[in-house]
Amino acid sequence: MNILTLQPYLLALADDQMILSHRNSEWIGHAPILEEDIALANMAQDELGHATLFYNLYCALTGDDPDALVFLREADAFRHVQMVEYPCGDWAFTMLRQYLFDAAEMTLLARLTESAYTPLAETAVKMRNEELYHYRHTSAWLKRLGLGTEESHRRTQTALDTLWPLAQQLFVPLPGEEELVQAGVIPSSAQWKAAWLDVVRPFLTTCSLTIPADDTPPATNRAAHSEHLAPLLADLQKVARLEPNAEW
Amino acid sequence: MPNGERGMMDEKTIWAALADVVDPEIPVVSLVEMGIVREVLVGETAVTVTITPTFSGCPALHVMKQDIITRLQALGCPTVIVETTLHPPWSSDWISNEGRRKLKAFGLAPPQRHGGNVVVTFFDPVPCPYCDSLNTTVKNEFGPTLCRAIHYCNDCQQPFEQFKPL
Repeated sequence: MNILTLQPYLLALADDQMILSHRNSEWIGHAPILEEDIALANMAQDELGHATLFYNLYCALTGDDPDALVFLREADAFRHVQMVEYPCGDWAFTMLRQYLFDAAEMTLLARLTESAYTPLAETAVKMRNEELYHYRHTSAWLKRLGLGTEESHRRTQTALDTLWPLAQQLFVPLPGEEELVQAGVIPSSAQWKAAWLDVVRPFLTTCSLTIPADDTPPATNRAAHSEHLAPLLADLQKVARLEPNAEW
Repeated sequence: MPNGERGMMDEKTIWAALADVVDPEIPVVSLVEMGIVREVLVGETAVTVTITPTFSGCPALHVMKQDIITRLQALGCPTVIVETTLHPPWSSDWISNEGRRKLKAFGLAPPQRHGGNVVVTFFDPVPCPYCDSLNTTVKNEFGPTLCRAIHYCNDCQQPFEQFKPL
């Protein structure tokens, strides 16, 4: 197997983390209480760190510059799932999105620690314990919201109705998957999805939430984005694009 | 220093100099006490220092690299290379006993040792660094930096931070 086959996979992992990090950072100064402002800023920074590690792995294969990838790439060249580019919405949407993503990340990292590609396995080992802190935080919030008041439950269920199909895009196989799975580099998407469902289904049920019947992903191609990406990138890339050759 | 002497720099001297380089976010402990410096290699033309990040999003890493270069150049090493490794991943268990003592004196509760399974610490009370009471409450699992959590001591009524186990 040619390890260059891993490129689309690494870029997808990196972009998911990067865009979610940016969205969470939008809560800074706006969260309902100071403690949560700090917690979200921390989680955003952790995801930014994870994005950096995945971009480094990607760039080691392609020779690209990670900063240029993030700050100067056009919208249609990003390969994250639409779930992470949606606006923050309300607190329930933000916490549920982070929870679904954390559960996906946790179950994936557990498998990637066994990757036959050593740099990827080492990166997964590095991230895994950090992710535990996120999962503990967001799952506690989901319980409070799901089992809290009538309003918190209604808002969380509404968020789940929107996010459940969006989250399924995480598990759409990427080009080269079969080859990579056979070589022991990555787990199959089907296996990953099954592990994720084993975590989130019973948990969401204990939070008194109903899993929607619709699990059709919004797109099967990660080049397809929603109308929410362009304004996000306009904000994220604004300063870098003012002076692309600036030295920082 | 005459050129001839530069090649005689031994690892022990380098490690001793690195003991002066402090963590930019916790300026009372050194990078060596934190377990961040993993390896020192003295080559014919360069000294290579390998460090490992605590949390992967730690923004202090760039400052640490520059501080190491500055310190070793002051010692007389003309070429200093700082490399980063992720493997094995940094563990808060690697913070030395002296490092833990300094963290506590700084008002930062040291991380509980966990032997690789960080989850075991999730159920531990965190002793207050000021009065050693175990009658403490978690206020926030996240803090002013990635590596800190915020607690409150119900006995001495003092808020305090903890270096998070990782």
